[in-house]
Amino acid sequence: MNEPYLHIKNLVVSFKTFEGSKNVLNIDELKINKGEAYGIIGESGTGKTILALSILKLIESPPGEIVSGEILLEGKDLLKMSSKSLQKEIRGRKISMIFQDPMSTLNPVFTIGSQLENVIMETQHVNRKKAYIKAVEMIKTVKLSDAESVMEKYPHELSGGQRQRVIIALALSCGADFIIADEPTRNLDVTIQAGILKLMKEIQRNMNVTILFVANNPGLISSICDKAGILYRGQIIEKGTTREVLKSPKHPYTFALLHAVPSRKEDKVDLSHFIIKETEESPVEGCIFYSKCIKRKESCKKPQSLLKINDNHYVRCHLWEEDTL
Amino acid sequence: MIENRFIKTLKAKLKQFRHSVFLLKRNKLTKLAFYGVIALFLIAIIVPIALPSNIHVDQDTNPIDKLLSPSFEHPFGTDELGRDVFKRVLLGTRISLNTALIAVGIALLIGVPLGAIAGYFGGFVDELIMRITDIFLGFPPLLLAIAIAAFLGPNLQNAMLAIAIAWWPWYTRIVRGQAVSIKERQFVKAANAIGTPSMKIVFRHILPNCIAPLIVQASMDIGGVILTIASLSFLGLGAQSPTPEWGLMVSTSRNYFLNAWWYSIFPGLAIFFTVLVFNLLGDGLREILDPKTRKN
Amino acid sequence: MKNYIIKRLLLGLMVLFGVILITFFLTRVIPSNPAAQWVGPRATQEQIQQATIELGLDKPIPVQFIKYLKDLLNGNLGYSLRSKQPVLNELKTYLPPTLELIFFSTILAVFIGIPLGVNAAKNKDKALDHFCRFFSIGAVSLPTFWVALFLQLIFYRWLDWLPLGGQLDTRIKMLYEIPKYTGFLFLDSLFSGNWIIIKDVFSHMILPAITIALYPIGLVARMTRSALLEILSEDYIKAARSYGLKERLVLWRYALKNSLGTTVTVLALSIGFTLVNTFLIEAIFSWPGIGSYIATAVVALDYPAIMGVTLFSAFSYILLNLTADIIIALDPRVRV
Repeated sequence: MNEPYLHIKNLVVSFKTFEGSKNVLNIDELKINKGEAYGIIGESGTGKTILALSILKLIESPPGEIVSGEILLEGKDLLKMSSKSLQKEIRGRKISMIFQDPMSTLNPVFTIGSQLENVIMETQHVNRKKAYIKAVEMIKTVKLSDAESVMEKYPHELSGGQRQRVIIALALSCGADFIIADEPTRNLDVTIQAGILKLMKEIQRNMNVTILFVANNPGLISSICDKAGILYRGQIIEKGTTREVLKSPKHPYTFALLHAVPSRKEDKVDLSHFIIKETEESPVEGCIFYSKCIKRKESCKKPQSLLKINDNHYVRCHLWEEDTL
Repeated sequence: MIENRFIKTLKAKLKQFRHSVFLLKRNKLTKLAFYGVIALFLIAIIVPIALPSNIHVDQDTNPIDKLLSPSFEHPFGTDELGRDVFKRVLLGTRISLNTALIAVGIALLIGVPLGAIAGYFGGFVDELIMRITDIFLGFPPLLLAIAIAAFLGPNLQNAMLAIAIAWWPWYTRIVRGQAVSIKERQFVKAANAIGTPSMKIVFRHILPNCIAPLIVQASMDIGGVILTIASLSFLGLGAQSPTPEWGLMVSTSRNYFLNAWWYSIFPGLAIFFTVLVFNLLGDGLREILDPKTRKN
Repeated sequence: MKNYIIKRLLLGLMVLFGVILITFFLTRVIPSNPAAQWVGPRATQEQIQQATIELGLDKPIPVQFIKYLKDLLNGNLGYSLRSKQPVLNELKTYLPPTLELIFFSTILAVFIGIPLGVNAAKNKDKALDHFCRFFSIGAVSLPTFWVALFLQLIFYRWLDWLPLGGQLDTRIKMLYEIPKYTGFLFLDSLFSGNWIIIKDVFSHMILPAITIALYPIGLVARMTRSALLEILSEDYIKAARSYGLKERLVLWRYALKNSLGTTVTVLALSIGFTLVNTFLIEAIFSWPGIGSYIATAVVALDYPAIMGVTLFSAFSYILLNLTADIIIALDPRVRV
């Protein structure tokens, strides 16, 4: 198989606290091919945003620190690049990001127009006049009506859904062909969510961009992504084609996540029926879900690598090891 | 069960404390400032005892030795009356620290009860007290202190009082804020429910919880208060001759300083270092105890 | 928005009223013999009697207060004990030089304080940040009056680069006629177009302006730093970086513009403090402003003059803070 577009190898990210450092992300392998939409599903606090920010090296440091690993974009290791060359060659040029909170992602003291123009001028080296034309075009691309008047507005004058469209326009306007979307529909009403998703799908098809889509809701991922990975406590515990993973989940955690009742609070999922109360800590080396798993047993304390279910489905769970045995 | 909870809170407190120590250790400047403050207090306590020449330094004049430049015998030189500037600067430490502590103490005595009352009772009382603090905060503190000191009559006691009157609203605000938030907590509600008198609740439950933020604020304020006292004295509204007060010394030195630089430089440096040390400590403490900067 | 402004205006008015009430108590109620204090120690018995009637001190306190308010509204601040002139007139003559000083110190605070704060935030926990912290805490710890003397020693006594004090060299004052267009010597000297005068006026300005500017520079630098640090961890800054914008643009425009609200507030506050700091240093520089006026008034216990300056300063302080709050509330681009 040829080299994937984005290839993450053995990425370890830790957070330093005064009691020592704690690993928050530990990804041994993640491959995304060009033109693909890849979904990462996980509850809040599992390291989704950290994964997204790590790729652009935008983790706040301190306390965050990328300990080891490689993030290869078309074979080039992003982690070895200086922040200046990252800014000049990667951020905006190749990869851009859609942040999760439409309320806080736009700069409140600049008009939408000038924010778009700045990005376009910076990445495409054009003057403000041309940038303006391009910016209006971008606003039309994300299906906002009355583009010229949107240009003059400040973020607080727009609704949440409008803002998220502007944010998508911003991410697209820099001309990157890889977009990291960090829960772009969080904090939005369901109807508006649908619109944004539809837009993203169209963009992905029409503009042939690669997308890494991060979300807590499997439903979102299934409507957009070809492939999906399940993130739990910084580890990918199951991955494969979205269809496989979501239709026939193999990991007890994935099962729990898919069958859980979504609680009223958007970002919290009520898993209580599918997990047991934490009575002992997860073993250092073994399965990270051990402490909560209903199907746990002694062998789960041993280290576990990714098992192949079939070509399109991998899982990190001892249960399947025995089944295949 | 109770014991378990007790141990848990104890553990949490210990963790917090260790975190503070960790941050303090990391912050060298704050550590240095902390030692500086200790040194200042030692000077303030020991020097007046160790220097029996107190009276000489205060009052006696020695015209033969007037305005001598710094030498081995007089490290900071002498003033226009032949008094040793070094000794006078050392003796000034106690005056500055004393007056500052008393001024802040009075301000606390006025400000804390008012804040607790405002925060606990709320409503009209709260509104009234807080509007009064607004009025007092409508003056820059030095301005109010100048006006009050001038009308009370120029001396050190009145200057202290003036500063306290200018400063108390800050403490009222802190305590009120704390009281409002603590009032909502379970244990105060419980005390209320079982019919504990309001006053008792305020003093038993609310005030002890305000101590930490008050200490930080007060330690941050001491520097400013020392500077204000020196400024008042410089204007002639504080200490009066022959008290070896730093601001006053700089003030009298004005007539001679072009030919006797040491006379103004050293007392001024003393003010600067003292205020700086307290401000650095206060700033460091705030950084350590402020939850916003604390999270790193 | 509208509600906030109305509320803020009412609060401003209330504080103003409170300040008047406090000064009333200071001058009329607390002193054991306010009339005697008001006319000074050398006044005769008749003069004291007359003052008692003039100030309405024989009437009950509420009546006295209404009289006091009326006098203030009419601009009657009493007569200076030393010059026997109305205090209000004297304030008018002494105001322009002080305003010049405050103007220049504010300019310095903006053009030194803000860049210092920005660079400190950019280099958080590095050498420059530590320097900035030390500098700004140092600047607010310095006794202004001592800095004045210190600078005079260095630049006048030892280096002989700058004049000791005053606004203008006496020789130049005698040789040239300086037109009085505005009452502000600096502006007038510019209008005169005479290079010698401009240079002289400017050289007299340097030391007092620097002395008085240290405090606001430190304050502005410190507040800019902490405001920026908070802003730099916001999502929109991360987003701006993710679009590949230059760090310079991110820091100096995207971040700094968001901190302008803080800067406006701090500037208003520091102008108020600067005004009071002129009380400490103008006399040292023989600067013919409000500061010198009150400093001499304090020594002579010229109570009407002291109270006049106090009222004036408190009023300007309140107005400054009010203006800053309203500017912030009105401008949608400056966040509260």
